Amino acid sequence: MWDLCTNALDTARLRGAAYADVRVMHLRQRDLTTKNGQVGTLSQSESIGLGIRVLADGAWGFASTDRLTQDGVAACAAQAVSIAKASALAKRSEVVLAPEQAYVDSWQSPFRKDPFEIPLETQLALLLAADAEMRRVKGVTLTETDMQFRKIDSWFASSIGSRIHQRKVISGCGIAATSFQGQEIQKRSYPNSFGGQHALQGYELVDSLDLMRNAPIIAEEAAALHSASQCPEKIGTLILGASQLGLQIHESIGHPIELDRVLGQEANFAGTSFLTLDQLNKLQYASSIVNVVADARLDHGQGLGTFAYDDEGVPAQCTDIIKAGKFRGYLSNRETAHLVGLDRSSGTMRTESWNRLPIIRMTNVSLLPGTWDYDDLLADTSDGILMETNRSWSIDDRRYQFQFSTEIGWEIKGGKKVRMLKNPSYSGITTEFWNSCDAICKLGHWTLWGTPNCGKGQPMQTMGTGHGASPARFRNVHIGTAFSNQ
Amino acid sequence: MKSAPMSKKASAAASELLSERELRRIADTVLRLAKSTAAEETEVHVDEVANALTRFANNAIHQNVAEHGLTVSIRTVTNGRTARATTNRIDEDSLRAAIEASLSLAHSQPKIPSLLPMPGKQRYRRVNRFIKQTAALSAEERARAVRRACDLAVKKGQVAAGIFSNGQSQSALANSRGLFAAYRETHAEFSITMQEDSAASWAKANSSDVRAFDPQKLAARAGEKAHLAVNARELAPGRYTVILEPSAVLDLVGFLFYDFAATALADKRSCLNERMGKQLFGPNISITDDVYHPLQQGAPFDGEGVPRHRVGLVDHGVPKNLVYSRAAAKAAHKEPTGHGFPLPNEYGEAPMNLVFGGGDSSVEKMVASTDRGLLVTRLWYIREVDPYEKVMTGMTRDGLFLVENGRVSAARNFRFNQSLIEMLKNVELLGPAVRATGEEAFEMVVPAMKVRNFHFSEVTKF
Repeated sequence: MWDLCTNALDTARLRGAAYADVRVMHLRQRDLTTKNGQVGTLSQSESIGLGIRVLADGAWGFASTDRLTQDGVAACAAQAVSIAKASALAKRSEVVLAPEQAYVDSWQSPFRKDPFEIPLETQLALLLAADAEMRRVKGVTLTETDMQFRKIDSWFASSIGSRIHQRKVISGCGIAATSFQGQEIQKRSYPNSFGGQHALQGYELVDSLDLMRNAPIIAEEAAALHSASQCPEKIGTLILGASQLGLQIHESIGHPIELDRVLGQEANFAGTSFLTLDQLNKLQYASSIVNVVADARLDHGQGLGTFAYDDEGVPAQCTDIIKAGKFRGYLSNRETAHLVGLDRSSGTMRTESWNRLPIIRMTNVSLLPGTWDYDDLLADTSDGILMETNRSWSIDDRRYQFQFSTEIGWEIKGGKKVRMLKNPSYSGITTEFWNSCDAICKLGHWTLWGTPNCGKGQPMQTMGTGHGASPARFRNVHIGTAFSNQ
Repeated sequence: MKSAPMSKKASAAASELLSERELRRIADTVLRLAKSTAAEETEVHVDEVANALTRFANNAIHQNVAEHGLTVSIRTVTNGRTARATTNRIDEDSLRAAIEASLSLAHSQPKIPSLLPMPGKQRYRRVNRFIKQTAALSAEERARAVRRACDLAVKKGQVAAGIFSNGQSQSALANSRGLFAAYRETHAEFSITMQEDSAASWAKANSSDVRAFDPQKLAARAGEKAHLAVNARELAPGRYTVILEPSAVLDLVGFLFYDFAATALADKRSCLNERMGKQLFGPNISITDDVYHPLQQGAPFDGEGVPRHRVGLVDHGVPKNLVYSRAAAKAAHKEPTGHGFPLPNEYGEAPMNLVFGGGDSSVEKMVASTDRGLLVTRLWYIREVDPYEKVMTGMTRDGLFLVENGRVSAARNFRFNQSLIEMLKNVELLGPAVRATGEEAFEMVVPAMKVRNFHFSEVTKF
């Protein structure tokens, strides 16, 4: 692979590139699903190819190919340079890159059980057994389970001399029960909705989930939601379960801190950000108990945003995003770092595949644990609503105004869960919401959740991001918005 | 590893896609190799893309990419079981490995009682959506067009961001029962957001023929609307008459398409459960799925190679028909409509070429006829809140305008929570159906709509 990389870099340099980086990537994926006791999807795929990004005449070009011969790679590199020169026809300034060292390294994400070595029969038997457990519950009309495994090898080389090989093993698994009765569809998922939990782990992730114990629980809840009371509309106290809070972090902190959005580079598609450059180190983003980091290091956990180097050859880092409630940092790359006074990229350039350009992406954007025990938090809440497991999410294109709904809610009265609520939802303005946070649960309740389906960029890229969170409480939140006036 | 049986090309130029004969050779190689394995039946999809996209922001190109890729996806059947394996390597060893991987996956599962034999040879209606001028558009030509749009923005004191893309793709599908289908098309797209102060507006077009739209005109239109969107005033949330431009209609109604899948009804996750044949929408709403419509794109066959049929989904507000894969059709004692996804999958099928019936109004006439309402350019981040009542939430974006006595002025963006079923009951006027493109749904042929009682629940800060 290194010969291909060298060939690409040499060709780019000869054609006039001032800088180039190249990625050869080999992606392997296995997908298994069941539905109503039968196997649904059963597939695996592999893809290998090369993508090269070049800077020529002060502008960027990128080309990719699956023709991994010396001629094919050279043609691809030449094409990237000619595209860069075309880009220069419509440039306003020269691209300037923050300095970075050259690294020669090899890294593999840790895992105990290679999911591709676990017999398929074992994997399917577990999914079918969990599926059967859910179907045993009266009122359940649709059961679904899924597993997804990925193994990604990347060979990165750059014209400043870096040669980095990384191997990542990613696992994901989840189950869901749906109940249609009367005029209503209700659904419960475990351990999270939209495919379950995903992490930079091996098959040990699946082992840790205890699907068989949780399958009947969510099935019973899906059926029971039909007779639950409607979540009321009010201004009140909200407690968010950890997985829902993970998505809240993703949408209302993770995306607005992407510096490409802030600088208008995503204005036509993903949108911009309310976090204009003048807000850095000034904005009271959240209450003083809120601390958020973007941490790609393994020390933070085995999340979907964990790696040793980003796809621009910058080592994984931990960046303070919110410290004691104050806005402290953006996600940057080598091109944008200097615009916020940084002398180095924060290491967040990531690509979905060999045929996509690396762009600024969330790593693990996590809310650090607080001090509360979960039971104490509930006991301390005289009147509130607990919401768990995302059902829908939406936020404006500058990341101010959001609305989320969850699969299930619980009314809290006098410190106790007193009844189930259906169709829970809440909405708010990002900074008002985060400034209303008055309690965060401690490390024992903290999970590094994986969001496997974050879409961004044109052509669209799907990326996995990590979000550590523990249950937390928010005051004076607009609850029940989604179903008001329907 | 043996050498490749045929060459793969690296460039994105039109002449560089493999010929149909070369696609067939790859498919034939797979079918030949599979004969010496345990596969009782074999299906192969060969897909090739050559795409390029120029992206601009802050009045300059900041990303500019090209890709070429070819994948071979193989499904085998053995002893009543089936599975799929996909590779992007086409040497014989890699193809053989993919066949074996497919068989290994298939063997790992219980027998599938409902598995059907693969279909035999089919006849297809030809459609021509490969336009040489689109395929030939170069990076330099895209850059010059972008430069002109950005210069217009600079001249107006605005900031432009967007994309100009073009590409070509082709697919071939063959199976061991003699079926062979092939299709190729080109596509081009220009999208632009013009920003003025804190306001913005947007225009976008998409076609198989790059000559079907003018990037300069789209830039000018977005620029004019961005100027009109400056100094937006905050309005109270509530129910408004809305005039939805075609892109806004598209992105909303796109969330209805899977409800017309027979499998979705069988799984009881469609909003049409217990509603087929009833007057669900207004009598002015008729919807067909028609891949052969002149403004549509896509292959005239489905994931199993079944020819796509035109299906009348909604007739004057009454849901009349569903679409069926072969398996769903057999279960429902119907004929397959040619809308199945590649097997194996759990979703069955979906209509992918929606065409709404239009009317004789226009956005201008709708504005002129409105005492008080809102004109919506575009919607954003639409998500389903209630799957049975089809309550959707989302935001307006890039140009929301208050209409008062036929005049328009800028308004701050709203969040909506609106049932699509209710919305399609409340349509007062329809424009002509046009090929619309947005960001939340795939392209469709839809009209602008004037809708009463559209529910905006909250307002944002811009």
